[in-house]
Amino acid sequence: MARGPVAVIGTGAAVCVAALVLLPLGAVLMRASTWPAFAPGDGQAVWFTLWQALVSAVVSCVLAVPVARALARRRFVGREVLITLMGAPFLLPTIVAVMGLIAVFGRSGLANQALAAVGVPPLSVYGAQGVILAHVFLNLPLAVRMVLQGWQAIPAERFRLAESLGFAPAQVTRHLEVPMLRAILPGAFAVIFVICLTSFAVALTLGGGPKATTVELAIYQAVRFDFDLGRAALLAGLQFALCALVAVLVWHVVTQAGFGAGLDRAPVLRAQGVGPLLADGLAIGGTAVFLLLPLGTIAVRGLPGLLELPDAVWAAAGRSVTVALASTGVTVATALALALRVSDARWGAGVIDAVALLPLATSGLVLGTGLFLLVQPWAAPSSLALPVTVAVNVAMSLPFVYRLLLPEARVLRADYGRLSESLGLQGISWLRLVAVPRLARPLGFGAGLAAALSMGDLGVIALFASDQTATLPLVVQRLMGAYRMDTAAGAALLLVVISFGLFWAFDWWGRRYATV
Amino acid sequence: MKTSILATGLSCIALAASAETPVLTVYAGDYFTSEWGPGPAIEAGFEAFCACDLQFSTGDLLPRLMLEGQRTQADVVIGLTTDVLARAREAGFFGPHGQDLAALTLPVAWPDDTFLPFNWGHTAFIYDTTRLTSPPATLAAMRDLPDGVTVVIQDPRTSISGLALVLWVKSVYGDQAGAFWSDLAPHILTVTKDWSESYGLFTSGEADMVLSYTTSPAYHIMAENDLSKQAALFPEGHYFMAETVGKIAGTDQPELADKFLAWVLTSEFQKTVPAANWSLPAALPQADWPEGWSDLPLPEKVLFLTEDAAEALRVEAVEEWRAALSQ
Amino acid sequence: MLQFDDVLLAQDDFRLTVDWSVGAGARVAVIGPSGAGKSTLLSAVAGFFAPRRGRVLWQGADLGPLNPGARPVTILFQDQNLFPHLTLALNLGLGLRPDLRLSAAQKAQVDTVLDRVGLAGMGARKPPQLSGGQIGRASLARALLRARPVLLLDEPFAALGPALKAEMLTLVGEIADETGALVMMVTHDPADARAFAALTVLVAEGVAHAPVETAVLFADPPPALRAYLG
Repeated sequence: MARGPVAVIGTGAAVCVAALVLLPLGAVLMRASTWPAFAPGDGQAVWFTLWQALVSAVVSCVLAVPVARALARRRFVGREVLITLMGAPFLLPTIVAVMGLIAVFGRSGLANQALAAVGVPPLSVYGAQGVILAHVFLNLPLAVRMVLQGWQAIPAERFRLAESLGFAPAQVTRHLEVPMLRAILPGAFAVIFVICLTSFAVALTLGGGPKATTVELAIYQAVRFDFDLGRAALLAGLQFALCALVAVLVWHVVTQAGFGAGLDRAPVLRAQGVGPLLADGLAIGGTAVFLLLPLGTIAVRGLPGLLELPDAVWAAAGRSVTVALASTGVTVATALALALRVSDARWGAGVIDAVALLPLATSGLVLGTGLFLLVQPWAAPSSLALPVTVAVNVAMSLPFVYRLLLPEARVLRADYGRLSESLGLQGISWLRLVAVPRLARPLGFGAGLAAALSMGDLGVIALFASDQTATLPLVVQRLMGAYRMDTAAGAALLLVVISFGLFWAFDWWGRRYATV
Repeated sequence: MKTSILATGLSCIALAASAETPVLTVYAGDYFTSEWGPGPAIEAGFEAFCACDLQFSTGDLLPRLMLEGQRTQADVVIGLTTDVLARAREAGFFGPHGQDLAALTLPVAWPDDTFLPFNWGHTAFIYDTTRLTSPPATLAAMRDLPDGVTVVIQDPRTSISGLALVLWVKSVYGDQAGAFWSDLAPHILTVTKDWSESYGLFTSGEADMVLSYTTSPAYHIMAENDLSKQAALFPEGHYFMAETVGKIAGTDQPELADKFLAWVLTSEFQKTVPAANWSLPAALPQADWPEGWSDLPLPEKVLFLTEDAAEALRVEAVEEWRAALSQ
Repeated sequence: MLQFDDVLLAQDDFRLTVDWSVGAGARVAVIGPSGAGKSTLLSAVAGFFAPRRGRVLWQGADLGPLNPGARPVTILFQDQNLFPHLTLALNLGLGLRPDLRLSAAQKAQVDTVLDRVGLAGMGARKPPQLSGGQIGRASLARALLRARPVLLLDEPFAALGPALKAEMLTLVGEIADETGALVMMVTHDPADARAFAALTVLVAEGVAHAPVETAVLFADPPPALRAYLG
């Protein structure tokens, strides 16, 4: 009962993704000249990597629940704007995010100034607490959005039923909210865990030193500094195994909420009383301050430089937008094909699901290096800088978009699969009339995410870059390297504004389209 | 329509012209070709007399060469720093530069026949006089900085300046380097992946001192008219670093490459070095340095590790650093 | 003629055998205890449940190789018979052309049918704006447009009140008359069966029994039906 062309395209997409990830890894392994060995400190790095990723992911998910619930059940002026703005930290290039966080939580940051004003000695952000803080800052928005979508996906009919049965709040939580969270949170946890697993500049800077060494840093060192491809491949394999472990665990934990379909009526999530109101106010207010203050400092810091940016910055911005749009198109199409394939298939769904998450576990550096090795016999790598950047961006953002689409694709299959089939609705018509409109919300959100992630990407381009292909993040880096800190701050703000603008535009499209 | 035909015609002519013009491909560090780097001036200066087209290709240098192997497009590589020369030499891609080294004005002997230095500087801790009124006067004083004075450094595993720092400490303290790091540890605010992040933390006021170069104050003085950023100069000496240029042995443009290498040592080229690289010229007497540069305070003593010595110490020094700061 | 040729429907512990046929244009009620396999029986006809053994034939042709959309069948589910994001007119249009590239004549046909089921002028509305009865009418309107010779009703009106349900059954009857369709209707209510269907199939204890006249069946219920009726 496979939906012919859609299934074939989905399988083809999976093959392409697997090739994009595995061939470069193979190329790196083939080129490794020495038998790799672990170095002193690797054990500590693995331990720190796992530990901080686990804590960061748990804290992000736990905090996301009250915030998402508050946002789901309250209506206030500026709610939509706040939800969109609160997504911004996830889209920040790491170097910018670190600067924003330090401006607030650093030694001479706003938080310590406030503490000093009331006579409290300063708190240090540098250390494990800083790493967690930064990762929660970067990933809480993602968790909130995922959980919020979960709440919105519970049909209004179920809440009405609950009300009609006279459920107390605790019963609503038990029968409606907990099943939803059980379906949503493992996925959110896995994604954030893996993001944090591959973090390194943020972890190092806020971790305060080599205590905060992650596996990804060791990979960077092996590729860029020691040129030890064998060790790079070994470490990449290790990181891969850690991610795969989590993916397998999560695959077993994920359940389907099974609420059935509603009629797209607006959810009626109600909470009465002063207690919940205060709690919700605190959750929303606290999160808004936590997430928006660092963004504010980035804006304040960058504004003067923004007004007098050199032409090269604008040219790079244009290139970055082009790359981002191309990456977004390919990412969204691939993710949709994969999600529809997995949600439908009776066979191979597990394998394809793993393939879709494969890039998450892959080190972007090793991927870039492998692509370089593959491309180099045939063409000058610098002439392919932008296509390669697009390919790597697609690989890196695909798992996120796929993860967003999959649960909703499953719901779509469960609720409207038979109706579609009984009407003979298939192929392109089915995509156009059913899949895209029904999935518009996650598609728009996913496209926005892909665009913003592609804007901020820097990791892989260094091997391929030429002056004509410099993207905006690279120019920010170059400006900083040339002491132009103010101009760099301006360019960074431009980067943030564009990333966020793209994200907002796609997300807005999705939400609008979904309600039309 | 007409204009597009005209444009096509013109670009055909341009293409034909470029087909006759030999191309010199120069691999350069990432900072090189931006309008804030030295690349544009070098390209214009060389093309003015070489009857060639100089094309920079920027990005990682050594990793890229290693990946490309014998298939490299490069004719010349500019920007390899002293601490990676051993590995670059061992890889065997480079041929003799064939230049007379008499013109060099480095503070150290440079008998190298493969890599030609074009700029140099030393590592130093930079501080802000408005925030740190009594800076440490010796490297030893860094071991007991007053409480609350913070330093930000770069990771020697990911940054060339970070590597220079651990070699600096190693060459001064030898077996006691680990103890130095343990003493400095409480003052290390944080360690960053590369130089620019550290410097950003310093200029934004988060850290009191930053690991950078003795030439860093020059930027603030000359480009911003800001005299508050100064290098703490230590009698124990400062670690010497140079950036070099080398010729690929198998280049298909050997004459052009030689011409480029010769040009690097001319005073015309060397005069562009300070303000474009924010470093010191390698073959220009101090009297000829651009205005303001002669006044820049520089250390008396220069510490220089030969590349073999540096390579021999590298792994051990980094591990000592890592172990001491991971406590 | 719809023929079940030695059909076995099986999944996990569930077993249902069917081996009988029923003529075109008949009206058949399907009754039996919950979980006995009434919906599964309909699913097998509609193409959502492949028999483990045997064949389902329509006018002598095996339906097995056909996708659900290609079968001579319209099925109305308990719910989700309309796409909530599409207008009524488009939901109905799907019955004529699944890609919705409708000609002017087809659009007029949609309007006519809307009018026919008492939803005149509501073509631009979307399902969330409709009442349960209106949704039922719209689903039936699409069945009318599709005009397939077999109409399967898997309790689409279960949620409606008695008066509304009676109204819907009347409408089903009219549509069946117009299209000459064989109607198979799952129901829990003997009254529905008696009012609507001349024949009734009892599904119980792993067997879908051959259709018998409804009046006869209820006049002398076999033990399984008696147990169900209580």
